[in-house]
Amino acid sequence: MHKVSMTVNGRPVSGEVEGRTLLVDFLRVNLRLTGTHVGCDTSQCGACTVHMDDQPVKACSVLALDAEGADIATIEGMANADGSLSTIQQAFQDYHGLQCGFCTPGMVMAAAALLRETPRPTEAEVREYLDGNICRCTGYHNIVKAIMAASGQEVVPVAAE
Amino acid sequence: MPKDGGIGSSPKRREDIRFLTGTGRYSDDINLHGQAYAHFVRSDVAHGRILSIGTEAAMAMPGVIRVFTARDFEGAGGIPCGWQITSRDGSVMQEPKHPILAEGKVRHVGDPIAVVVAETLAQARDAGEALEIEIEDLPAVIDMRSALAEDAPLVHEDLSSNLCYDWGFVEENREATDRAIREAAHVTTLELVNNRLVANPMEPRVAVGDYAAHSDESTLYTTSQNPHVIRLLMGAFVLNIPEHKLRVVAPDVGGGFGAKIFHYAEEAFCTFAAKALRRPVKWTSSRSEAFMSDAHGRDHVTRIELALDADNNFTALRTETLANMGAYLSTFAPSIPTWLHGTLMAGNYRTPLVYVNVKAVFTNTVPVDAYRGAGRPEATFQLERVIDKAARELGVDPIALRRQNFITEFPYQTPVAVQYDTGDYHATMDKLLEISDHAGFEDRAADSRARGKLRGFGISHYIEACGIAPSNLVGQLGARAGLYESATVRVNATGGLVVMTGSHSHGQGHETTFAQVISDMIGIDADMVEIVHGDTARTPMGMGTYGSRSIAVGGSAMVRAAEKVIAKAKKIAAHLMEAADSDIELADGRFTVAGTDKSVAWGDVTLAAYVPHNYPLEDIEPGLEETAFYDPANFTFPSGAYGCEVELDPDTGEVTVLGFTAADDFGNVINPMIVEGQVHGGLAQGIGQALMENCAYDENGQLISASYMDYAMPRAADLPMFRVDHSCVTPCTHNPLGVKGCGEAGAIGSPPALVNAVLDALHRGGHRVDHIDMPLTPARVWTAMQG
Ligand code: FES
Ligand code: FES
Repeated sequence: MHKVSMTVNGRPVSGEVEGRTLLVDFLRVNLRLTGTHVGCDTSQCGACTVHMDDQPVKACSVLALDAEGADIATIEGMANADGSLSTIQQAFQDYHGLQCGFCTPGMVMAAAALLRETPRPTEAEVREYLDGNICRCTGYHNIVKAIMAASGQEVVPVAAE
Repeated sequence: MPKDGGIGSSPKRREDIRFLTGTGRYSDDINLHGQAYAHFVRSDVAHGRILSIGTEAAMAMPGVIRVFTARDFEGAGGIPCGWQITSRDGSVMQEPKHPILAEGKVRHVGDPIAVVVAETLAQARDAGEALEIEIEDLPAVIDMRSALAEDAPLVHEDLSSNLCYDWGFVEENREATDRAIREAAHVTTLELVNNRLVANPMEPRVAVGDYAAHSDESTLYTTSQNPHVIRLLMGAFVLNIPEHKLRVVAPDVGGGFGAKIFHYAEEAFCTFAAKALRRPVKWTSSRSEAFMSDAHGRDHVTRIELALDADNNFTALRTETLANMGAYLSTFAPSIPTWLHGTLMAGNYRTPLVYVNVKAVFTNTVPVDAYRGAGRPEATFQLERVIDKAARELGVDPIALRRQNFITEFPYQTPVAVQYDTGDYHATMDKLLEISDHAGFEDRAADSRARGKLRGFGISHYIEACGIAPSNLVGQLGARAGLYESATVRVNATGGLVVMTGSHSHGQGHETTFAQVISDMIGIDADMVEIVHGDTARTPMGMGTYGSRSIAVGGSAMVRAAEKVIAKAKKIAAHLMEAADSDIELADGRFTVAGTDKSVAWGDVTLAAYVPHNYPLEDIEPGLEETAFYDPANFTFPSGAYGCEVELDPDTGEVTVLGFTAADDFGNVINPMIVEGQVHGGLAQGIGQALMENCAYDENGQLISASYMDYAMPRAADLPMFRVDHSCVTPCTHNPLGVKGCGEAGAIGSPPALVNAVLDALHRGGHRVDHIDMPLTPARVWTAMQG
């Protein structure tokens, strides 16, 4: 067992992990931050996406020990300080960008990273960027709309097309 | 205009808040004090005899609590099958035992052989590696035709063959159908494969078993679409636990699409082991495990013949299908190729004679069962493909050929048992052509041509049977249980209320839509309505969510229960206002004496129902809580026209979906936003099937597509924005909301539209290709183009 310390959603945390423990398991099991999900075992689905030092990473592909000292942001830290939904979260609700909600934390984290890099992406850029995030429920239509809307671009309102 | 938040409006989903903030509670988020972890050791061969299982080394590994094998389940039942099909010769289907852990033989890659339970998951996995399992390889049967050969190895040696059943429907139509086909002016024949798929809800399956020794109660947390069904099947047939000692909870569930309907071995195992070990036992499927243990979908091989007279009227339809059951019969498996497929073979058309033959076959593959649409996509695909082929052979417009044969009068009794109550197929077809800008297609095709590309447009017009219920009907069809739905409406003293429904939401948004209905009925804020589902301890016995039955059947039960509540509340209001019951009206949350200005608020009445000072005890019992069970008279029949526009690169065979349009008739719609979301998701799955998804085995029964590296899930860049419309409405005539259901339409209507579009593009480019089997990968399309 090794000791590991990092900052998660602005809070310093530490714990005992094995060398093989993945960051996603450290978050889910040790810290009980179960908002970050696991949807595959081949780094394909993106349900586990978190930010590590402001970069999106798949937490199933990072060893907890490799996150030593890192600044981690997860879905639990995405809301505004007053607890209200952030612009991206709100857009996902407004545009019905989620159904079962399982891919959603990863989608929101991916969207946040995209908009930081590209504040006004085109539809094609959004679709391209989401290549590593699979959603089985929404057909992506409303996810793409939500992200476009969150970037301040005009989109057709929901259920009026 | 619908009332804000009421039926027909699109309030935001209340469940979204928890999902968007990471506070949802999915099964894997549940960790019980002292829980141990189960790791399933599965067969890596398709067919083999288990010679020995050496557990000693594994038992000695750190943290190992116990290793379980089939021997631990002596006396337990097998996993039951919920349907029984009768063959043409009157015999009942062959039904093999489906043990929790393999007994003597393994029958597919992924068949569970042993389970290690340990203190941590890593320890359980490590010990799994140390099990010494000796298996003698047996020849495997993978392909259905070879499985039916005389000398084929038997998947189950206690059965006479690998044939599960040979079903004819409607048997009385057979000779007349054969004759009509012999005498037809034209017969179009098509052989096709409906490719095997994996449902792949993004949340893998999970089971957490718990046992309370003080009360002898078992609890199972599981990723299920129907916790009551699991409780009944597992309690009564597998583990012998009476319902009052067994609670099944399906909390937030991350998608189902059919794969989470069935009762699985892992659920029974964790429930059993928790009691045996006196501590909670948790199992979480990995994605690789999901590929080899979640029931698969589709996998039909079909030959269909459509007969037409000299005026192009359809005169008869005959279809023969081989349907893969896999190695064991999953919960609904036998019903999918029969009653959910054969009864839909008339489609939207006035074909007077239809005969369906299905042979269900055991193979050394993962069991096959319902996947979104279940049987109906298979029916629609062959029908909508053969019609397009017929149109091409006859040189007529495929849209005109469909229109000419559309059913236009309702109710319509099909030759395949079901009766359609309502529909207007010309209306949905018109709508499709309008919103897909069909008129502008030739210009767009010319533009593609100028760029060296081939553009094609394909349509399909589907019908499906939803609201899976009519208990009497499904009973005649072989269901071993009726399929009603239930709801309890409990009004609290201060006027808020809780609806406990037997339906289950795993993405459909019931907490929002069900509340909309109640809020409309009573005239109170939807926030005052709480929807509870997914826990057998909190909801009345109900059959769950699949087959687009939630609002049509579950919603109807809720309406009936609410009607009872309102009727009683009116009596109390009448008492409070000293008026006659019959004079009381309820609107906007107030009870009024008709024709007067006397009124009392909803909250006054609910308070009086529980804590009255003055109450007519001799006439009315206190309290305000009612339960209703609803069993509809018929299925519902959503229908719609789907159009797909593709562009094909003739150099590579690559197909790009440029546009997809869906014009559906779902009857009345409660929440348009949610309905459209359901269609989007269905379209993505249907387009996925047609374009990229394929569950493949090699000839030895190795699963080739066993991860997201080799099973192509549609990604955002594979799909276009969709155009969807549900403004064509012919309400269902036999449920109180006039709703039909929308969950599966997208997955049913889209594959044939896409394949028809690709073939249209090919023909426009001078390639006379009759058919390409799904998925239409660049390799398959390009090969077909080479002739
Ligand atoms: S769980 Fe990390 S990519 Fe799927
Ligand atoms: S919302 Fe269910 S997987 Fe995306």
